[in-house]
Amino acid sequence: MNASAVQAALATVRDPELDRPITELGFVAAIEITTDRVRVELRLPTYFCAPNFAWLMVADARDAVAAVPGVRVAEVVLLEHFVAAEINAGVAAAGDFAASFRSDGLDPALAELRLTFERKAHTAAQERLARALAAAGAEDLGGLAMEEALRIAPSPAAAVGRRRAALGITSTYALCDDAGQPFPAERLPGWLRLARTVRVSIDGNAVFCRGLLETRYGLARSA
Amino acid sequence: MYSKDGQSYYIVDGHTHFWDGSPANQINRYGEGFIKCFYDYHSNLSPEEYRWSLEEFERYPEERMIHDLFEVGYDDVAILQSTYLTDWYVNGFNTTEQNGEMAERHPGRFIVNGRFDPRDGEAGLEKLERLHERWHLKGVKVYTAEWKGDSKGWKLSDPWAYRYLEKCLELGIRNIHVHKGPTVYPMNRDAFDVADVDDAATAFPGLRFIVEHVGLPRLEDFCWIATQEPNVYGGLAVAMPFIHSRPRYFAQIIGELLYWLDENRILFGSDYAIWQPKWLVEKFVDFQIPEDLQGEYGVLTTDVKKKILGLNAAALYDLDVKPEFQVSAAPQDSGPAVGAAPEPLASSA
Repeated sequence: MNASAVQAALATVRDPELDRPITELGFVAAIEITTDRVRVELRLPTYFCAPNFAWLMVADARDAVAAVPGVRVAEVVLLEHFVAAEINAGVAAAGDFAASFRSDGLDPALAELRLTFERKAHTAAQERLARALAAAGAEDLGGLAMEEALRIAPSPAAAVGRRRAALGITSTYALCDDAGQPFPAERLPGWLRLARTVRVSIDGNAVFCRGLLETRYGLARSA
Repeated sequence: MYSKDGQSYYIVDGHTHFWDGSPANQINRYGEGFIKCFYDYHSNLSPEEYRWSLEEFERYPEERMIHDLFEVGYDDVAILQSTYLTDWYVNGFNTTEQNGEMAERHPGRFIVNGRFDPRDGEAGLEKLERLHERWHLKGVKVYTAEWKGDSKGWKLSDPWAYRYLEKCLELGIRNIHVHKGPTVYPMNRDAFDVADVDDAATAFPGLRFIVEHVGLPRLEDFCWIATQEPNVYGGLAVAMPFIHSRPRYFAQIIGELLYWLDENRILFGSDYAIWQPKWLVEKFVDFQIPEDLQGEYGVLTTDVKKKILGLNAAALYDLDVKPEFQVSAAPQDSGPAVGAAPEPLASSA
């Protein structure tokens, strides 16, 4: 087993809220490989970062590393977080989220929370695509085929495709709602306006979180 | 008061604290973690010359606060937002009583906001009445992520929260400042979700809900509810300092807010001692939306800046503002949303 395979596995884990790989965000503090055992340490921008997202990242990282060929034991621990002990113990035991915390037992799993944020990521990605298409002079965005979008703006269109795959949305249109339906012309401008706010919010949070991580751990400040 | 280029600005600092986060006052690692988290916010987003040491930041003398807000700072009036956190700090982080005593030594300078916690039940309702009698409250700050024993958070739509909001209405406490933090429970929901504010704002049209930090990190959710609820306002504390380190992001936040809410429902706040009003006000008055974003967001006029920096808050707190600070048309209730409400995202259907 080599370190780059572990690194590549971790790069598939995204912060659900910021929609970026944890490796890019600087959340991977250390990777330790001893023959067939891998230990990964994760760190977050603040002591009080939302515990549910923290849980998802630790659990996803563990699943990703455990799936690397040759890995027999995958251990992922969260550092310096107010519920690190509960999360680390819960993920290590492969327990579900509710069982790791006191709960009334009525909570569904975290699937719905993840879905909400995957939909936001899809919305933001589509807004980026719409901007790229408009900048390239494309018209009638509501009726534009994905095939055409991939030709005009390959990178943002592919990014939309990846999010659709995660959500199980199939559509032949460049822009569609969460059910895969295209937008009628009269609905599109209003939807795009709200989508822009979603995109500004996600991008802004990523910048802020990155800055806080740098401050907390004394890292070099990014541009 | 701040003057520049022949314009005078009346400054109401909508969000300030006189806290004690020192180790002597900390009960547990959460209290320590909380002040250190604030300190990272402070260090990350303050200009170099305004950065304090952690020790200075944990607890600062009254004189320093007065100096920073009113002597070198341009605040005319500052609102003290009480934040108890008594599960984490021996004497609380900053209580209404502590804030009130300090405010009494500086007449005319501070507005003292109280607080309530719906989990205090009947006894808390009486306590709110007593706080109101003593400090003549016009507003409260509520912190939905506050811990109380086994409970790690609450919602404004809880039945007991409604009882407290009814009490506020009865007492004439009309300004409800809401701070969303990372609640621990329920864990499976987004901790920063502002849907409960929507609920309460609809149920209590006679109250104003000032969502602190403009809902960050859920700017989009906040904008969406503020568009539909005319009694929802946005407090700029935490958003303001991006004007220094991330001016383009700041332009986008302001641009989004002005689109969805209009300029009458946005309030300046420094979040002192995390940031200081002096540099925030100076930079905001000088600020303009970058040219390449003006097509999308338009420009910030002097009148808009005057409203955000003080006139909007003055209207909420019945402050007497001299004519020289006013804009041509006095701020009014902005009424139904100005940004035309588009179709909701399909995901919320």
